[in-house]
Amino acid sequence: MAKAATSIASQPTYNYQVVRQFAIMTVVWGVVGMAVGVYIAAELAWPLLNFDIPYITFSRLRPLHTNAVIFAFGGSALFATSYYVVQRTCHTRLFCDGLAAFTFWGWQLVIVLAAITLPLGITSSKEYAELEWPIDILITLVWVAYAIVFFGTIFKRKTPHIYVANWFYGAFIITIALLHIFNNLAVPISLWKSYSAYAGVQDAMVQWWYGHNAVGFFLTAGFLGMMYYFVPKQANRPVYSYRLSIVHFWALIFTYIWAGPHHLHYTALPDWTQSLGMVMSLILLAPSWGGMINGIMTLSGAWEKLRSDPILRFLIVSISFYGMSTFEGPMMAIKTVNALSHFTDWTIGHVHSGALGWVAMISMGSMYYLIPRLFGRELYSLKLVELHFWTATIGIVLYISAMWVSGIMQGLMWRAINPDGTLTYSFVESVQAMHPYYVTRWVGGVFFLFGMLVMAYNVLRTVSSPKTTEVNDKIIAPALAHH
Amino acid sequence: MEILPLIHSIWTIVVMVVFLSIVVWAYSSKRQVKFDEAARLPLDDDDSVETLAKEKHHV
Repeated sequence: MAKAATSIASQPTYNYQVVRQFAIMTVVWGVVGMAVGVYIAAELAWPLLNFDIPYITFSRLRPLHTNAVIFAFGGSALFATSYYVVQRTCHTRLFCDGLAAFTFWGWQLVIVLAAITLPLGITSSKEYAELEWPIDILITLVWVAYAIVFFGTIFKRKTPHIYVANWFYGAFIITIALLHIFNNLAVPISLWKSYSAYAGVQDAMVQWWYGHNAVGFFLTAGFLGMMYYFVPKQANRPVYSYRLSIVHFWALIFTYIWAGPHHLHYTALPDWTQSLGMVMSLILLAPSWGGMINGIMTLSGAWEKLRSDPILRFLIVSISFYGMSTFEGPMMAIKTVNALSHFTDWTIGHVHSGALGWVAMISMGSMYYLIPRLFGRELYSLKLVELHFWTATIGIVLYISAMWVSGIMQGLMWRAINPDGTLTYSFVESVQAMHPYYVTRWVGGVFFLFGMLVMAYNVLRTVSSPKTTEVNDKIIAPALAHH
Repeated sequence: MEILPLIHSIWTIVVMVVFLSIVVWAYSSKRQVKFDEAARLPLDDDDSVETLAKEKHHV
């Protein structure tokens, strides 16, 4: 506030404050969440590492890891970028600074509460929705504030058109509100314990309706919003096909919501529901790849930029991983494939090709784009971005290939049967066989975490360097009438 | 109870028609100029830090 006032006093500015806060916390929570991930990967390879301390067993740290990387790291990246994109493409300041500040501090409080309660074993035991009811209520309040700030800004926009990235961010905000509220309906029996409002197979179906759409709308739609803004900006070219982006949006909206049952193949869920989930998951390949093509083809005619620009490389490689994991996903949703892959490490590998390759890399690329602009400084080192890119890529490749091999081997060992009908392998034999892959996965994680630490150092040096340029946060009228 | 499957069928057709209409609308040649402008929205907005340090060169 004070900074803006000292420059051209009368000219209105964008709210960069809240974007800066979320951008910095993206890096901080990235380091924390990935460090926990590396630790629990080490616990799987060397179980001694839990030292018989209940607070740091795999069972308690695993939800801490997933919550930290998805909601703390990914969530902060989504808040930061959506606030930046919606302001800049609507040519208007964020609606209600106070509410925006509330979303920042409220969200950080949620994260801190998660970091305290999960190691204590306080959990609703719903995957990706483990937090207990008081925290769930806080999340709801923050999310409603987020929706008011975001749509309030859209409402007072100075441009006639709402740019496509905002459509994706908007869909993400609305859908997550819906999913969060309905999946977390519960009966509290004490301050830190509640029971789900649903029972049996209904509970499972609601959980995976939530779970898969958290993937679809939190980890996909929101980050596609990033893709549609930061790829054109960094490449300095308009998106390949604006028409395709509209069809991409609506196709995703119409199909994603039905894919959840593929998490419940061969369970008590009615067979027709399982088949529906499988078919809708296969259909999802079309919008996913439409979006991927649209993102990558934005570079058409300017491919040479990939050689010289490591930030653009982060963005484009992330879209390639998006394409890979959205091909793998529908394939794994086929019931017969799922019969082999379910409960194995293949699933973990699939999730991480999406989470590390797509979500993390597009966030990193976007942050490298944003942070110098937010702080009015040149990026400290492009060489370090390059180093980060390669360590992250090597880390992902090690991680996912180890999990593919391990997962398929597990699946085959579990189903192997002797001529007399008995199981060929005991369960512990499959655990023993997984050991080298668990070590490889840990090495991959160490690479990825190292890259994140390089980023943290680079960002620290950037924001603490002497100011050489001015933050460009003055609101200038839209240039739409130039044709 | 007979009415429910009928509503489901009608709903499926309605949603499909809506989606196909969106596709036709998006690809109609009338929209071309508007969409080209919309696609330039982020690019026509100069957010680089150098802008204020140097002279403003935005046209």
